[in-house]
Amino acid sequence: MIDLNRISQKVRALKPSGIRKFFDIVQEKENVISLGVGEPDYSTPWNIIEEAFYQLEQGETHYTSNHGLLEFRESVSEYLGKYNLNYATDEIIATIGGSEGIDLALRTLINPGDEIIVPEPVYVPYNPLSTLSDATVVPINTEKTDFKLTAKALEEKITDKTKAVIICFPNNPTGVTLTKTELAELAAVIIKHDIFCITDEIYSELSYEGEHHSIAAVEGMKERTIYLNGFSKSFSMTGWRIGYLAAPKELVDQIIKIHQYTTLCAPIMSQYGAIEALKNGMESVAKMRASYNRRRRLIYNGLKEAGFDIVEPKGAMYIFPSVEKFGLTGEEFALKLLEEKNIAVVPGVAFGEEFKYYIRCSYATSIKEIKEAIIKIKEFVEELEK
Amino acid sequence: MEKILEILQEDSRATIKEISIMLGETEEEVKNKIKELEEQNIILKYTTVINEEEWKENEVTAFIELDVTIERGKGYDAIAERIYRFKEVKSLYLLSGKYDLLLVVEGESLETIAYFVAEKLATLDYVNATDSHFLMKKYKENGVAMVPRNKKDTRIKVSP
Repeated sequence: MIDLNRISQKVRALKPSGIRKFFDIVQEKENVISLGVGEPDYSTPWNIIEEAFYQLEQGETHYTSNHGLLEFRESVSEYLGKYNLNYATDEIIATIGGSEGIDLALRTLINPGDEIIVPEPVYVPYNPLSTLSDATVVPINTEKTDFKLTAKALEEKITDKTKAVIICFPNNPTGVTLTKTELAELAAVIIKHDIFCITDEIYSELSYEGEHHSIAAVEGMKERTIYLNGFSKSFSMTGWRIGYLAAPKELVDQIIKIHQYTTLCAPIMSQYGAIEALKNGMESVAKMRASYNRRRRLIYNGLKEAGFDIVEPKGAMYIFPSVEKFGLTGEEFALKLLEEKNIAVVPGVAFGEEFKYYIRCSYATSIKEIKEAIIKIKEFVEELEK
Repeated sequence: MEKILEILQEDSRATIKEISIMLGETEEEVKNKIKELEEQNIILKYTTVINEEEWKENEVTAFIELDVTIERGKGYDAIAERIYRFKEVKSLYLLSGKYDLLLVVEGESLETIAYFVAEKLATLDYVNATDSHFLMKKYKENGVAMVPRNKKDTRIKVSP
């Protein structure tokens, strides 16, 4: 037996992911329609896979520079132009998925005791990673403002100790996104109080109503923003673990120190796949986006008709309905739904303790399954109401 | 408009209501557009893709190339019509290159197709030569791979 008192107290204090717990329960059941999956149901477009094969055949199996292949960074730099972002190749780092970027950003910015403001419900890793970096997490419950982080709510939480705010729009788990004006209002507060902003825009390509806007494009924001994005969601490349971080050169010169000691570089085959994705993959993205959009409307309408209170999602691949009116917590609802109808959803509490009465449904599953799930969920809530 | 076609091609049983929800349009709009597509002969029929591994009416498929001579006053269209009216002919294309027409013919057996070619096609006045290729294996048809690599959803069932 290992005496766990001897290991890091910080690690011991971390709670296992709430999603993991539910995963174990779902895993034991068969023929489950899962609305719990946080990744696209498409395989990576073939041209991307084929390009990675080709590069491997050519013997491209080595380390790349710490920042990533120059061609990778050139492609990313050009791509970011479409969001009016202007990053030079030495302001970009290829990361192991978007996830590494979050860790790098937090570890680079934080001194012990600094506060990180995190709007909730929140993508699972932000809080534990902040804690590991010795930051104090200051949550903002966005329930009352349709899951949008408002400038007012942000300003109320800013103290002398605030180091940064982490935002993720389009959002996992709510699907909510912010307009250009709302982003500008947030930016004004961030600039006024001279804090940093970590913006996770992994779902930027999955914006369904109007164009995606980046907070980093607001004047005066680039110098205080660490921008994160990746290929997992937009190009269905989750398993490739490839993303990128963009920030002003002075920050990148610091961030790269952690990256070079921990991972050295992102996998070369994934970098080549990503280059191909940006070069010839946009048509696939447009097709996938159109398809997700249809499923989004289908599930939103279906759940509304079934009587759920929902904020309409405008991006990503999730919907976050409240189940409070059915007299169950999200956890009870999810367990019962799984047991009685073989449908898996994720209890909202996995995304913040205050979201006990919510569930997250992912619509990254076939239209056939979504239709079937909606019918069964309708039956389920009708039976509950009896 | 083509969005409706995309949806119907994927599932010809999608209801007007479902389509209207998916596209964010009213049921009336969708109904009218479908009617228009039908009237314009863009939608010809609503059909089903049958998995031929499981259920097959005709056992043998052949691709037959035809070299034809066109006569004055009788272009390819007339010849083509003469040929595609045979029920054995599943598809017929006019091609550039060495041969003029390409037919896809289905039959119960090799013999049925051979008989059809010898008796019906080769005997036509304007057919100079035929070249038959029997289908051995289908890999992909109408955008659907016949031997999907990943039939199962291998994603982990719940993830962040």
